[in-house]
Amino acid sequence: MTLFTEFGRYLLMLKGMFSKPENMKMYWKELMHQCNEIGIGSLGIVIIISFFMGAVSALQTAYQLVSPVIPMSTVAQIVRDTVILEFAPTLVCIVLAGVVGSKIASELGNMRVSEQIDALEIMGINTRAYLVLPKIMASIIVIPLLVVLSAALGIYGGQLASTTAGILSPSQYETGLLQYFQPYNVFFALVKAYTFSFLISSIPAYYGYHVEGGALEIGRASTKSVVVSCVSILGADYVLAAILLH
Amino acid sequence: MIEVKNIKKGFGERTVLNGVSVTMQAGKCNLIIGASGSGKTVFMKLMVGLMVPDQGEICYDEKDFNKLNNEEKKEIRQQIGMLFQGSALFDSLTVEQNIMFPLNMFTKDTYAQKLKRVNEVLERVRLKDVNRKFPAELSGGMKKRVGIARAIVLNPKYLFVDEPNSGLDPQTSLVIDKLVQELTLEYNITTVVNTHDMNSVMEIGDHIIFMYQGKKEWEGSNKEIIFNKNERLNEFIFASEFLKDAKDMRMLEQTGKIDNNRDMDKLIG
Repeated sequence: MTLFTEFGRYLLMLKGMFSKPENMKMYWKELMHQCNEIGIGSLGIVIIISFFMGAVSALQTAYQLVSPVIPMSTVAQIVRDTVILEFAPTLVCIVLAGVVGSKIASELGNMRVSEQIDALEIMGINTRAYLVLPKIMASIIVIPLLVVLSAALGIYGGQLASTTAGILSPSQYETGLLQYFQPYNVFFALVKAYTFSFLISSIPAYYGYHVEGGALEIGRASTKSVVVSCVSILGADYVLAAILLH
Repeated sequence: MIEVKNIKKGFGERTVLNGVSVTMQAGKCNLIIGASGSGKTVFMKLMVGLMVPDQGEICYDEKDFNKLNNEEKKEIRQQIGMLFQGSALFDSLTVEQNIMFPLNMFTKDTYAQKLKRVNEVLERVRLKDVNRKFPAELSGGMKKRVGIARAIVLNPKYLFVDEPNSGLDPQTSLVIDKLVQELTLEYNITTVVNTHDMNSVMEIGDHIIFMYQGKKEWEGSNKEIIFNKNERLNEFIFASEFLKDAKDMRMLEQTGKIDNNRDMDKLIG
């Protein structure tokens, strides 16, 4: 299948998600279920990654700042900006592409192979609307929140690592955090978070929903969805940076 | 009533169904039989709207399903119940939640009313104390019965059953066949069963359609099948010596004579 055919099918899947819900209450329940699965389910890994990401970033920045004319509080400033601009939205979303993406692809793939999607279709339910849309909406709601949490934890991790290592005092770190702070960076991070959360839910949903075959194909779809999601995140990251940071 | 008119379906160069026309008899068990690859599954998927035919019509009460808009299709689909080969129960839901799912989606009943209906259909398929169990905790036969319960919970007008006996022991297969037949008569459902199982053919086949290489080769009832002269059908249905014997016995019982081309002396000798 060519890239254009796949992209066409992907767009058709997205278009097919929008129809009048058979029962709003059931759709709401499914949305809440997905918010819980994606948000709470990924919380642990996001906390661990974010904390260590900030800590290592602080230590490595301090190691590279050898010039006596640059104040050490700059470490906090660099940690803040790298975490907000890149690490929290991009790195966390790449990890979530693996965690959430493979889960979405394998769940839908398994439902397809075991005819559960057919069973829903025969009942008269729009499966794209009932199965795919809540996953994408839940990701768009929850993942930006995880990115904000990740940024906060990353900055805190940097503070803890740099004070524990005796590089900076807590007050020096706080001073550095407030230096040249640009609120636009937070806006940029959120734009990235919303874009990536759409990509890491819709791409695996596409691969999972269109699985044909058996267990082997579910595994392949899951792997392919993670790879394509990661590449898409990197591509979108570059495009957004080129558009929004100039 | 379901009418299939001159239906054709292919995948790439390969033609799977080539001009099949058949009318499913209302309130009866209609069986589609045929060897693997004869187009039975595609035929059923076309009838329930999971696939679109390349040519031809599938009419529910004289309305061509594929020419209806989405809302009209939904209305017809809500009159359809289907039991899948692998039961297709939702893994993450309990038996009770599985059966209650169509009620939650399409009715405004209270929880108590829905639970009452769930227990009614569970009792009808002769299952007890399984409400809180997950599909993974059930045997193959129990899964099929839960699948049937879910299929009939909204009182469907049409029931489609795909390979009801696959993976089941002969005794459980008979129980499932009997259940399908009883439900067909009790609720006056038009049932369409896709099967390979010769027990099912002889026991519940009010109307049998034999498919051969994408075409309808023979059509009749389980009473007529014994006397049929179609070579392909006989080769398929009475494949073993044991089944040939059974056919002869049934023929002897019904007509007082055996009409076959078998060398009986050789068989006895």
